[in-house]
Formats: sequence, C-alpha cells, structure tokens
Amino acid sequence: MTTNLATYSVVLTYSAMAVYVIAFISFALDMAKRSGEVTAAAKNAGADSDDAAATASVGAARSAKTVATVRGGTVVLEPVAAPPANAGGSAARGTKFERVGMAMTILALVLHVASVVLRGIAADRVPWGNMFEFSLTGTALITLIFLLVQFWQNLKFLGVFITGLTIILLGIATVNYWVPVVPLQPALQSYWLVIHVFVAIAGTGFFALGAGLAVAQLVQTYRQGRTASGKLRFMATLPDADRLEVLTYRVLLVGFVLWTFTLIAGAVWAERAWGRYWGWDTKEVWTFIIWVVYAGYIHARATRGWRGARSSWLALIGFAAVMFNFSVVNVFFKGLHSYSGL
Amino acid sequence: MSPRSDPETEATGADTASDPQRPSDHVDGSGPGDAGINQPKLGFVGSLRFFWRQLTSMRTALFLLMLLALAAIPGSLVPQRTADPNGVVQYKADHATLYPILDKLQVFDTYTSVWFSAIYLLLFVSLIGCIVPRTKHHWQALRTRPPRTPVRLTRLAGFRTVAVQPDAMIDGTTGIDGTTGLPSSEHAVTRAMAILKRSGYRVERFGDSVSAERGYLRETGNLVFHAALVGVLLAVGVGGGFGFTGQRLLVEGQTFSNVLGSYDSFNPGRWFQQTDLKGYNLTLDKFVTKYEERNLDALGQALDYSATVTSKEKGGESTTSRLGVNDPLHVGGTNVYLLGNGYAMNVTVRDGEGNVAFQDVVPFLPEDANYTSTGVIKVPDALPDQLGMVGFFYPTASKLASGAYTSAYPDTQNPLLTLQVYTGDLGLDSGVPQSVYTLDTKGLTQIAGRQSDTASIALEPGQTKKLPNGAGSITFDGVKRYVSLDVHHDPSQAWVAAFALLSTLGLLTSLFVPRRRVWVKVVPRKGAEHGEYDLEYAGLARGEDPNLERAVADIAQRHTSDLGVRMPQ
Repeated sequence: MTTNLATYSVVLTYSAMAVYVIAFISFALDMAKRSGEVTAAAKNAGADSDDAAATASVGAARSAKTVATVRGGTVVLEPVAAPPANAGGSAARGTKFERVGMAMTILALVLHVASVVLRGIAADRVPWGNMFEFSLTGTALITLIFLLVQFWQNLKFLGVFITGLTIILLGIATVNYWVPVVPLQPALQSYWLVIHVFVAIAGTGFFALGAGLAVAQLVQTYRQGRTASGKLRFMATLPDADRLEVLTYRVLLVGFVLWTFTLIAGAVWAERAWGRYWGWDTKEVWTFIIWVVYAGYIHARATRGWRGARSSWLALIGFAAVMFNFSVVNVFFKGLHSYSGL
Repeated sequence: MSPRSDPETEATGADTASDPQRPSDHVDGSGPGDAGINQPKLGFVGSLRFFWRQLTSMRTALFLLMLLALAAIPGSLVPQRTADPNGVVQYKADHATLYPILDKLQVFDTYTSVWFSAIYLLLFVSLIGCIVPRTKHHWQALRTRPPRTPVRLTRLAGFRTVAVQPDAMIDGTTGIDGTTGLPSSEHAVTRAMAILKRSGYRVERFGDSVSAERGYLRETGNLVFHAALVGVLLAVGVGGGFGFTGQRLLVEGQTFSNVLGSYDSFNPGRWFQQTDLKGYNLTLDKFVTKYEERNLDALGQALDYSATVTSKEKGGESTTSRLGVNDPLHVGGTNVYLLGNGYAMNVTVRDGEGNVAFQDVVPFLPEDANYTSTGVIKVPDALPDQLGMVGFFYPTASKLASGAYTSAYPDTQNPLLTLQVYTGDLGLDSGVPQSVYTLDTKGLTQIAGRQSDTASIALEPGQTKKLPNGAGSITFDGVKRYVSLDVHHDPSQAWVAAFALLSTLGLLTSLFVPRRRVWVKVVPRKGAEHGEYDLEYAGLARGEDPNLERAVADIAQRHTSDLGVRMPQ
C-alpha cells in the first residue's frame, strides 16, 4: 500500500514535470513574441524602435495604469499616459502563449500537489521529512506562491524563471535525492516539524520569486542604460527597472519576515530537542547567514547609492545562499540537521 | 513650521520635525550636510565626531552586516570546538599542517573568536549609535502636531478634487445649509476631521483644511526591532553566564543526584556558583526503544525512545514521568534532555584466587546503527595480576563469512559479548587520568584474543567462562539499557525568547504599517453664487507605502458620501 502510493507519487511528479516543461516553453515563446510585439507597436506608433514609445504602448497596457517611481525614498505613484487603442484588447489579457503557459502551470501544479499529497499519505506524516520530500513540497509551494501573487500583481513574466527553476529542482530531486518512504526519526517527531519547516519552505518560495524579480530588474537596468540598443526588446513589455525594484523589495520583505520566523521557531525547537536554542550548527549558521544577507539587502535599499542594481545583486547573493544552504550544506556538511535521508 | 508655497519642498520631506530621523546617507535622510570642498581641518573632537558619524552611517552598517555574513562562513566549513569537539580532534589528525594555522586564527572557535566578536560588537555599537538619537527624535515627533497643509496639493500623490455644487448633491442628505442647499464648508471640515480621526490619523485643522498623519507605529516598530536585537545580544552574553550544562550517563536502576560530583562532565557559566544546583534525585527506571518492524526500507529504524524516570526534589514527593526526544523533563530548575542511549554490560569477574574482583554494569558505546558497541572492563582488584578487557557487544549477533561477528539489528534478539583479555599493570595508580572507554594495552599481555593462543571469549547472557592461564572467570549477568542525559539550566532563555518575539513584532509593524499624511482641503470657488466650493484630497508617503493612492481615494470616498456629494467617476 505504502509502496504503491509512493510509486504513484513519483509517476505524478514526472507527469507534473512534463507539463511544467510545456509551460516553460509557452512562457519562453511568449517572451519571444513580446519582442515582435514591441517592434510592431513601435512601427504602428510611427516611431523608429524608440524604447519609450514601445514601453508606453505595450507596457502600459499590460501592467497597471500607474507606475510607481522612487524619488528620494518616497514612492510616488504616477499615472502613465493612457494606453493606445491598438494595444488594448489582447495585450491586456496576455498573449496566447502566456495564457497557455499559465494554464499549463496550473495543471502541472495540480499534478504536483497530488504527488505531494500521495507522498504524505504514503508516509503518514507531513511530506517534508527528508531532502526529496522537501524539494518536492518546496517546488510546489514556489509555484503556488507564483500563481497566488498574480492576484496581487501581474508577474506572469516571471513564468519562465519560476517554471525553469521548478523543473531543474524537481529534476535534481528525483534523480539525486529520491529515497523510499521511511518513518521519521525520533528527533523529527514534533509539531515543530510542521511549523518550522513549512515556514522555511514558504520563505524560500518568496525568496525565489524575489530572485526572479531581481534578475529582471538587473536586465532592465542594463537595457535602460543603453537607450539605443535594439537588444532584449521583450523587456520593454515588462515594468521598468524602478518598478521591478519596488516589487523585488516587497516580495523579499515577506520572505524576510518568514525567514525570521523560521529562525526563531528553529531556535525554540532546538531548545526542546537538543537542549540549547542556538549552537552554531552548520545549518543554523547558514540560516543565520541568509538572514543577515537579506537584512543587508533591506539596509542596502535604504542606503543612498545602493538602491537599484546594487541591492538586486545582494538579493541574488541571498538566494544563492538559500540554494547553497539547501543543497550543499544538507548533503556535504556535517551537523545536527542531517535529515537529508541520503 | 512656516507656511511654504512650494509643495515640492513639502513633499521631499523638508519639514524634518516629524520626519523619522535617519543617518545622513539613508535614502530618506538629510543628505551630506557639509559637503563643501574646503573642509576645515578636524580637531580631535571633530575627528571623533567624524568617526562616530561614519560608524553610525547606513553604509557602515551595511558593510558590517555583509562582513558578519562572510565571517560566519568559516565556522560552517570547519568543525567547531563547542559543537563538535571530536571533529576538531579528527581535523587535527587529518590536516597536520593546516591545523596550527587555523587554530591560531581561532577558526575552530569562530563564533567566540576575536574577529567575529569585533564585527558583531562594532555592528551593535553602530546600531545603538543609530537608534539612540532616532528614539529621542521619534519621542519628540510623537508630540508634534501634523504640519501645515501645503498651499497646492495638485502635485501630491492621489490628488483628486470633488466639486460641491447643487447638481452633485444626492437627494435626502442631512447637514445641508438651508440657504445654499449644500453642506457648509465648516461642516465639510468637521466631518473630514472626524473620519480621519476614526481611521487612526492624528488630525490638525488649519483654517479650511485638515492635515492628518498616521503610522507613527512604523518608526516605533523599527526602533523596537533594533533595540530588541540589542536585548537578545545582552541576554545571551550576560544571562548565559549564570547557567550551566552537565552530562550524565545513567544505567537502568541507577540514580543521579544533582550535585557537582555526580556529573560526568560539567560546563558552568562565568557566574555560576555551586549553590545554584538545587538538590534532586533522578532514577532511570526503564528505557525502551520502539523499532520499525514492518517497513522493509527502514527495518530496525528507531521510532521512539522513551525513558521512564522517577525524580524527587529535596523535601518533595517522588514523581514518575516520561522522558523522550523532543520531550525534556523539567525538574529542580533544570531541564533534562535525553540525547543518547546504548547498552551496558552487567558482568561479574572472579580472579585467579576465586574472589569476586569486579561486579558492575559497564556502559558500551554504540558504533553503528545496529548498535555494535565497544567498551572496556578494568579489574584493578584482580589477583595475582590486574585484568583488562576490551569488549564488543552485538545486540543481534550474526557471524560473517570471515568468522567475525556483526550486529544485524539494534534490538537484543541474539545478544553476544566478546572479550579480548589482557593481564598486567593497568597503570591506574600512576595518577594520570584515564578514559573509562579505552584501554592502554601498552605493557599488558593478551591472554585471550587474536594476538594470543586462546580465541576471544564469547558470552551470551547468563553464561560464565573461565579465563585462560587460571586468571579467573567472567560471568555475563545480562544487558541493561543506559541513557546519556544533558542537564541544562539557563535563566536567560526566557529573556532571549521574549526579546526575539519583541523584535519580530517590531519588524512586522515597521515593515507593514504605512506612515502617511493625508490632506483634505476646502477651496472656495471664485465668484460662486451659491456657496459652491471644491474639496481637494491628497496624500504623501513617509517611507514605503504602496497603498497610498488607494488610501486617499478611500478617504475621499467616505468623506463625500458622508457629505452626500456625488463623486465624479
């Protein structure tokens, strides 16, 4: 019974991965199509490939009607010129490819969640007791957060990044981390496993989203710095660098709060399980490092001359530390958190 | 504040009186004040002040934060003395040349090293230097009234204007001036004040306009967050010195008394005194491990460790309770944690003269997941020669093709004890302390084991076997379980937890409470015949405030509908 369920779970994981690949391709095609759209829009506007015109025509229609700009630390929301009529209909709803990408992502997530649930039923506990399960649940949550965030902001352009990341992580997990279902060791049998690890996974999801935005911000900064460049045209359909910067910050703030909670919940659990709330165990060290890096990011953003590209780099360093903490520290470092199951 | 005609100056935060004060290089800060080219030479005090300003600047804080993250890395790459002392010993053996250099650099004590401490202490000095003046400033800001309404609101965030004229009125509204058929400007201002006040704004009236500000909690939260971090550091640094940790191995049936002498090892804090130990006894009645028996992928994996203990505090009654992993026992002001377990051998040794020379339980240390355990039996009282034995214990013995034994399962299904026996001087009288888990075989003669004519002695529980050369006999009376306990007392723990919680609350308020100003203004129309006027609404963000426009719109909506005026779509 248990083995059967675990096997079905793996089959579902593979199915989800296949659908994620379709979603990824659709999102990538959407990006390619956006380049074409920008050119077309620019031609329609009678202008040469002038960026500003392109941004106004397509970008404005696609994103919100207002754009936040940053002036001396104060966010001022400014209305953007009304979208031209020709960009109205289809662009506002996203391209066909984008819609296919979103639909496929949702379908993949359904399969993915089913796989997570089956694994949990097979193990008769929360499905994040070892590294494979952590990856499985973590990627599902990253995708879920990506989908939910769309209700707040149109961040569909991150679809390429998020589905790509999910495919890679799931690939690594199924190939390298897969272990059969085994019961939890006594040290993990605590309700703190539910709280501490779940919050950590959720925090990781927001950090992933923030990293995607930071990348977009850096590319956008690069592109905006070279006004006459015809390269990276699709970026004209994305929010501008300042707006991306604000979005990165807000997503990462949520991640930071969750990470703070992870840290504290971890300390409380460590006190119960090991008799001390903090002992500079390797995993504790890296959780601390990540916290400090993102604290640094928040400070960098508030430091004159650091807002923008520089703080985006810090956000990426933070996410690199998150990935390092998850992969390298779990597998190769010796410590009390040796729960990889490998 | 003097009234200004330029809203831009207002908007960029020139009215520093109620601005949260920040270091000069903060994006919301005042900017470099004296950036002149011909700066006068700084005196000693001037240099100090310059240094202080540098230390408390955002850039320095950022730099120190990054440095702290970097400095924490080595401690995760190299074993630490506090967390993994055996790892350090191993590292020394493996990296003979690198070890002394790293040790000199205090890498094996990264988190108490001079350089790591220097970084975090500087960071905290910088932090305190930043929050003290800010707290003072914020205290004053809390008592300052909202600033005067800017003359022109048009360029501020969320600006909108609503015409109050006869055709904009919704029928059947109250509060209407009888002669004009419109709400009086006086009424409009009063209502705006009431609505803003109800929404948590601090409200001030300036003529025909209302100036309102909210979100002072944002700065309060920020200050609380940072101050609580200082609290955490102090609680850890100072409070930790009053505690202690001790380890004790306890075999079933044995009793441990909470006095210094009965600990196997003891690490007192800086200010620990022996009188801090409250007297109590703790007896291990029983220890049981539950094993996985059905899942073939995890056969023999421990599912649960459960110790039954009886504790008796001085002058109190004895209570029996369960002690488990993730389930510590609170007794006599200490927490007792179950951290390890193993098998102890109950053996009796008779010497060559037939006298009982040794009768005790000897704990063996587990070596693998199936609890193959090793231990040493030292019999200094044996005559004519002292006896030493190196033992292996297999809870479920199974013979390999090579003839050696191994344990196939962690539970005692087929327990077997094998012993190599040595005779000679154990060296216990030399005064040099020895480990009870190792036998120094130098100068000893093996009489049973691979290096002798007789094979190792193998015993099942209950069996007695003669030792070679008439050295006596050994009886394996049985196996008992033992647990290794950690006893902790840390009076600062609650403080650390409280400060951590406080800092989280501070963080949440500082990040998610928006600080903003909102203005509502009555602008009379020139030459209005029937007392028509326009209502103007606008806001200003103080720091991050993504919802400002919506908030202004909401206030406008509520105000106009309260007045019975139709909002233009």
